[in-house]
Amino acid sequence: MEFVTHHPVLVVSLIKIAIALFVVMTALAYLTWFERKVVARIQSRWGPYWVGPHGLLQPLADGIKFLFKEDIVPPAADKISYVLAPFLALALALTTLALIPIGPATISILGQPTQLVISHSNVALILLFAISSIGIYAVVLAGWSSNSKYPLMGGLRSSAQMISYEVSLTLSVVGVLLIAGSFDFYDIVGGQSGHWAHFFPKWHIFPQILGFICYLTAAIAETNRVPFDLPEAETELVAGFHTEYSSFKFAMFFMAEYANMITVSCLATLLFLGGWLSPFPETGAWRWQLYLPAAGLIIAGIGLIVGGLRGVQLSAKLVFPVLGIVCLGVGYLCTLPGVMPVIQGPFWFTAKVFFLLFFYVWARGTLPRFRYDQLMSFGWKFLLPLSLINLVVTSLVVVLRLR
Amino acid sequence: MNIAMLVFIACGVMAIVGALALILAREPVHSALALVLVMISLAILYLLLGAAFIAAIQILVYAGAIMVLFVFVIMLLNAGEEVRTNVSRLAKWVGLPLGVFFLVEMAYSLFREYGNRAAATSGAAAPDPRLTQQLSMKLFTEFVLPFELTSILILIAVLGALVLAKRES
Repeated sequence: MEFVTHHPVLVVSLIKIAIALFVVMTALAYLTWFERKVVARIQSRWGPYWVGPHGLLQPLADGIKFLFKEDIVPPAADKISYVLAPFLALALALTTLALIPIGPATISILGQPTQLVISHSNVALILLFAISSIGIYAVVLAGWSSNSKYPLMGGLRSSAQMISYEVSLTLSVVGVLLIAGSFDFYDIVGGQSGHWAHFFPKWHIFPQILGFICYLTAAIAETNRVPFDLPEAETELVAGFHTEYSSFKFAMFFMAEYANMITVSCLATLLFLGGWLSPFPETGAWRWQLYLPAAGLIIAGIGLIVGGLRGVQLSAKLVFPVLGIVCLGVGYLCTLPGVMPVIQGPFWFTAKVFFLLFFYVWARGTLPRFRYDQLMSFGWKFLLPLSLINLVVTSLVVVLRLR
Repeated sequence: MNIAMLVFIACGVMAIVGALALILAREPVHSALALVLVMISLAILYLLLGAAFIAAIQILVYAGAIMVLFVFVIMLLNAGEEVRTNVSRLAKWVGLPLGVFFLVEMAYSLFREYGNRAAATSGAAAPDPRLTQQLSMKLFTEFVLPFELTSILILIAVLGALVLAKRES
């Protein structure tokens, strides 16, 4: 206890990091399940079904499988870089999440008042870009150190792609920065509060619709996802830069990709979609929105109980009602006066991030892959000029309004 | 001995080890990575000083942009191991003593300047929330001409590279 009283900030930070890691790791695992389910539904299949009810234990089974597979290091590989690359990928992908706030509330841990973010910085956005820009090394190193043809080609392709699209990604955000006038996420989200005509939320997506489209496109390319997943074009390059990786090192690249998806979705939410702000006005007539988190959980709980009892599998009949009761319990907790104001921010934030993640998966289930030269010319000749135009127009409007 | 001091020592050691590895490594990619390590350690030192903006820019520009291009080019050319030649006589007889001399001079002047109040100033400085604003005010008012000249210089370099690349052989 003495350590706690001497280093309160450090201990509280460690607790927050532990909670965030647990939540993010679980989210990563179930994001893979969610993606497989949604893509399966788009393609009229069932997706994972047999490991647990509706394949709910599939991520766990995959994790165990990855852990117990043989870990092969190719004899010709450059050992240091080969081992370093996956660690770098995952560590950096998770570090960026430390800068992302999920709500405005101040909670108290061990008697210490603290915000819903691990690290609050007044230049958080630039720090986030700085950390994620180092992530390219993981790809470059993995491709180079494997000392093999396909990984080298895949590494070259994806690093070229990431360098190209990083320009558009950063430029598309500058418009928001000009309007907000701050690098601090709390200020950026705070500037989006309020409504036009008492109904339309003042989110940056409306004045910055061009910037939002540029950001979303560049973000999909930056995370190497369909339709920009050239580095992993199976028919041409086997598996791209991580061809030679096996076992848990491969799993780390996999997790890093999904963690990056979550990061760019969180960033899009904070910058363009109003972060943790509710889309409805906060006037008296809209007070019912405070019960939305509880209502959502209770509806989900009832759905789980009814659906589970009507299910075919025995495991579903047993597990889903239990999950439903847990949902009902948490939903009841959300109506308590101490919890209700705190839960609003995280609820809206998670809902928006979830929608963006669904958009990601939706794009993957729908769009065909670009050809490599198309990808490059699209990035440099279309996306970059578009984000530059957005930047110039935004600066002009901002300057004219200042006068 | 507080945590800031521990971080400072760790980053200092990392920077020095990285700088040595940069010179001594024979694989070009390893040298480049060692340089990245030096830059990241420096960025963490800036963070300790409370200059988060400079730290972020240091990583973003040097580690995230310039060195990525270096590594990319090394990979593209598939450069092999460096060939060791005998050290040139000039480097041996002039360079080594000069290096030692500069090191001693730097250490001496730093010690004379800060040695007495080293104990008083240990620990992380409180970050100034208006540091970024102050920096940009200076940059865009007092130093606007050098700033614009630098960007024109970079533009000229880009044009030069284009001309060299487009020239018909």
